[in-house]
Amino acid sequence: MAVFDYAPAPESRDLANLKPSYRPFINGEFVDGSGEPLKTINPATEEVLAEVGTASLSDVDTAVKAARRAYEKVWGPMPGAERAKYLFRIARLIQERSRELAVLESLDNGKPIKESRDSDLPIAAAHFFYHAGWADKLDYAGFGPDPKPLGVAGQIIPWNFPLLMLAWKIAPALATGNTVVLKPAETTPLTALVFAEICQQAGLPPGVVNILPGAGDVGQLLVRHLDIDKIAFTGSTEVGKLIQREVAGTSKRLTLELGGKAANIVFDDAPLDQAVEGVVNGIFFNQGHVCCAGSRLLVQESIVDEVMDKLRYRVSTMRIGDPLDKNTDIGAINSATQLTKIRELVEAGEAEGAHRWTSSCPVPERGFFFAPTVFSDVHQSMRIAREEIFGPVLSVLTFRTPSEAVTKANNTPYGLSAGIWSEKGSRILSVANKLRAGVVWANTFNRFDPAAPFGGYQESGFGREGGRIGLEGYLSV
Amino acid sequence: MSERVTVAKTYKLYIGGAFPRSESGRVYPVQDNKGKFVANAAHASRKDVRDAVSAARKAFPGWSGATAYNRGQVLYRVAEMLEGRRDQFVAEVTAAEGGRRGASIVDAAIDRWVWYAGWTDKIASVLGAANPVAGPYFSFTVPEPTGVVGVLAPQQSSLLGLVSVLAPVLATGCTAVVVSSEERPLPAITLSEVLATSDLPAGVANILTGRAAELGPWLASHGDVNALDPIGAEDRGALAREAAGTVKRVLAVPAEEPDWTARPDISRLRRYLEAKTVWHPMGD
Amino acid sequence: MSTPTLPASLDDATRDDASLRRFLHGLPGVDQVGVEARAASLATRSIKKAAKLWAINTAISMVDLTTLEGADTRGKVRALAAKAKRPDPDHPDTPQVAAVCVYPDLAATAVENLKGTGIGVASVATAFPSGRSNRTAKLADVALAVESGASEVDMVIDRGAFLEGRYGQVFEEIQAVKAACGDAHLKVILETGELATYDNVRRASWLALLAGGDFIKTSTGKVSPAATLPVTHVMLQAVRDWFTSTGELRGVKPAGGIRTTKDAIRYLVAVHEVAGEQWLTRKLFRFGASSLLNDLILQRRTQLDGHYSGPDYVTVD
Repeated sequence: MAVFDYAPAPESRDLANLKPSYRPFINGEFVDGSGEPLKTINPATEEVLAEVGTASLSDVDTAVKAARRAYEKVWGPMPGAERAKYLFRIARLIQERSRELAVLESLDNGKPIKESRDSDLPIAAAHFFYHAGWADKLDYAGFGPDPKPLGVAGQIIPWNFPLLMLAWKIAPALATGNTVVLKPAETTPLTALVFAEICQQAGLPPGVVNILPGAGDVGQLLVRHLDIDKIAFTGSTEVGKLIQREVAGTSKRLTLELGGKAANIVFDDAPLDQAVEGVVNGIFFNQGHVCCAGSRLLVQESIVDEVMDKLRYRVSTMRIGDPLDKNTDIGAINSATQLTKIRELVEAGEAEGAHRWTSSCPVPERGFFFAPTVFSDVHQSMRIAREEIFGPVLSVLTFRTPSEAVTKANNTPYGLSAGIWSEKGSRILSVANKLRAGVVWANTFNRFDPAAPFGGYQESGFGREGGRIGLEGYLSV
Repeated sequence: MSERVTVAKTYKLYIGGAFPRSESGRVYPVQDNKGKFVANAAHASRKDVRDAVSAARKAFPGWSGATAYNRGQVLYRVAEMLEGRRDQFVAEVTAAEGGRRGASIVDAAIDRWVWYAGWTDKIASVLGAANPVAGPYFSFTVPEPTGVVGVLAPQQSSLLGLVSVLAPVLATGCTAVVVSSEERPLPAITLSEVLATSDLPAGVANILTGRAAELGPWLASHGDVNALDPIGAEDRGALAREAAGTVKRVLAVPAEEPDWTARPDISRLRRYLEAKTVWHPMGD
Repeated sequence: MSTPTLPASLDDATRDDASLRRFLHGLPGVDQVGVEARAASLATRSIKKAAKLWAINTAISMVDLTTLEGADTRGKVRALAAKAKRPDPDHPDTPQVAAVCVYPDLAATAVENLKGTGIGVASVATAFPSGRSNRTAKLADVALAVESGASEVDMVIDRGAFLEGRYGQVFEEIQAVKAACGDAHLKVILETGELATYDNVRRASWLALLAGGDFIKTSTGKVSPAATLPVTHVMLQAVRDWFTSTGELRGVKPAGGIRTTKDAIRYLVAVHEVAGEQWLTRKLFRFGASSLLNDLILQRRTQLDGHYSGPDYVTVD
């Protein structure tokens, strides 16, 4: 062997305890959904993983009724300290079953096992731990004495972080005394249904958590349901707008966590190697299926060649392939649809005259894969600088002065996140202050913590998840 | 000797610190609560909305970037100016709303400015946070103004209601485009004169007189308006649907106008603030 | 003070003390949290089967088998030389180590016992490990090593001068030692544990490269912390950057504290992905270690025999 070829180091698929079929979870029981069952596939192999029962209108009704009953009879009246203990139990159960869940997540979603193992699962458990502690301390949350829950929350989550987004939604809802009906994404329902099992194992009263797999039509039924008090949605801006429109004029409360086109700004005094690392993490983490991905790299013109050299070398070391291989850096694109969308935008980038560089790393023949790609000579007017690609594709633009960087960074209807790389403290604070984004990472990127609020400005949505502020979305305040 | 003829005031719009007529040239008659003609008010058009939004956007960086201390002083100055013209406002409010509570309404309006003036440099420490994240990072969350706010002011309470919805917008550092009460617009324009002489930078507050039903949809659909308070609108559902096109923050407001004399809370401030979380590593 | 082959910008950097300071302080900073996170993340690479055996063999071939004790004797050095030649007598196909590393007074013994093997003799010098003596004494130390036949000299930099900001003095001393080395390869020990910050490690790395060091080496092994993965990342990045700007390949040697095969493989992964696969050769990467070799041998046996071995099956030297 002339070079250091890493042998395959796959995590065992058996750990996922994959079952041939999964069913909706309503009122504490797994039930046959009356919707058309869906088949969920492994995007890395295009093989069917399992058949999943989906919900129909009557199932949605039953689930909402169960949630309402649980809210009124059990969960609402329960002292916060008791609710807390259920959440702590759930957190522990997630930790105990984290290996199983990580493998299942990687199978269903396509994300590399090292990310599901080191990121999704630990942070999901942390969210339950964090919010468990709030359940009996809401008097101190700054919303006045004894803040009241909203009631039944309908929650719709995306496919990019299936279990983690579930945790972001369910943990605060339950801690504040609401009950939930949650719809996982059509292409990634499995970990949510194992979570349902965890709810059973935790002895969570029936109806407090209901999980209804299905496509957008199930989400729409939730959004339109008259007995739901709150809708929480994470997903595309396009769908977010439709939901906001549906909910308009009703008494339903709404929080939206939508798309982004984050700028990652590298100044000439940046810690360059860590900046390159942060840029790579910013766009290639989770195949770029991240709403807060740093998809627009803004580099100061004086260092653009050096940064591009370092960036291309670093990206060329990334390993794309089997999500279950512990050495895989970039897994599979979640679906054929998403892959088509990425390809279409990349073609648009080439057609508009941007310079494309794609890593020459070997790409598996089967499954939905897209090699990491960097576009240079990108200009603000190009589609690849404006539209969310939601894939491993980075657009590089340049700037000359801090104010130009800020102007370009803010020149988007989105406003979810942004990055700043500089070793000059006062510049970091000044630029952070001017960026119109809900999360600003300075000299780091893609950090998440249940104690740190997350959410966007403008068309990236409203409301925050995490921290004290995140409780607001589930309280009648 | 004949009685002196009073000099009647021409009521105009307040946009970008100036008092223009409506670009449409339209006016509409305003009566007092007994049905007697008082004055013609400018009947603002969608183009006036456009101009007002652009003035508000232009003023936003300066106002949101001003120190909270400075914003507090400006808001307090508004209270001072209002106090100085108390009698005029009592007369106008009484003419508009009738009854005998004019004086107490004006007093409450003055006090409301004082209340919000005091909030400007405290709200960030009440709503912000140092986040105890699990890692070697310093993470903090600060509330920041959301941007340009469209306000459809209450239809009944011509001054206290207006102040109660406008002052929190300004206190957060947002800028405002207000459509006043349609039938009781005159106190709003007189308030503009107070704002214009209170060190409030031009464009921070813009006040239009006219019909909420006509102007509301333009505000709700405007791509450069970040939030909407629809309290003075009738078809709030339709406005909220328009607002969804740009993911605007739309205030949840009660069906009926609340009792504006009730003690306020910070919920209106919260609605106009965006939480921004900043992370930085901690290392040698 | 300039080295003839450098590009103009680097040549300018060494014009005088002030230029050197400007250059070193103008290098991009190193973010501690970032580099440590990167090192930790790369350390999760899982190296199995054929890749593992390849890595073990490569690591063995990169070991500078070291004894640097006051109690060292000629006997000890002879034993080490024997081990270097045949690390695992039961498995004669086990690669030989790269070099044996000793104090200068024992270099001759090592040379004598390794003659004709191709295994190098590295001698520490320049008042190792503290470097606290005058230039004359340090150069005399180097002369002793070179005259004894050492093929490699591991010098220490004057950390005091570096921390005082007297970069010119450190630079000139390295140059003087380099000149005294003749054909011997020069490894420049930065003693990163005393430099304390990654910014200093990067500056010292560039200083040593500018002055002509063939290798930059983390530590003497006498100061804690010795080699760490993130420090090695910073140094690997420096030699890569050096290569990018000059076209010259320089080496890196982490030393001290690397005791297990698992550790060694993590370092090789870092070499592979931070510097590049060109550096995966003993010409450009070494481990300064003593007990590491036996663990590599144990793990090699496990790979070949298919069962776990035990310490009694490898030689204690």
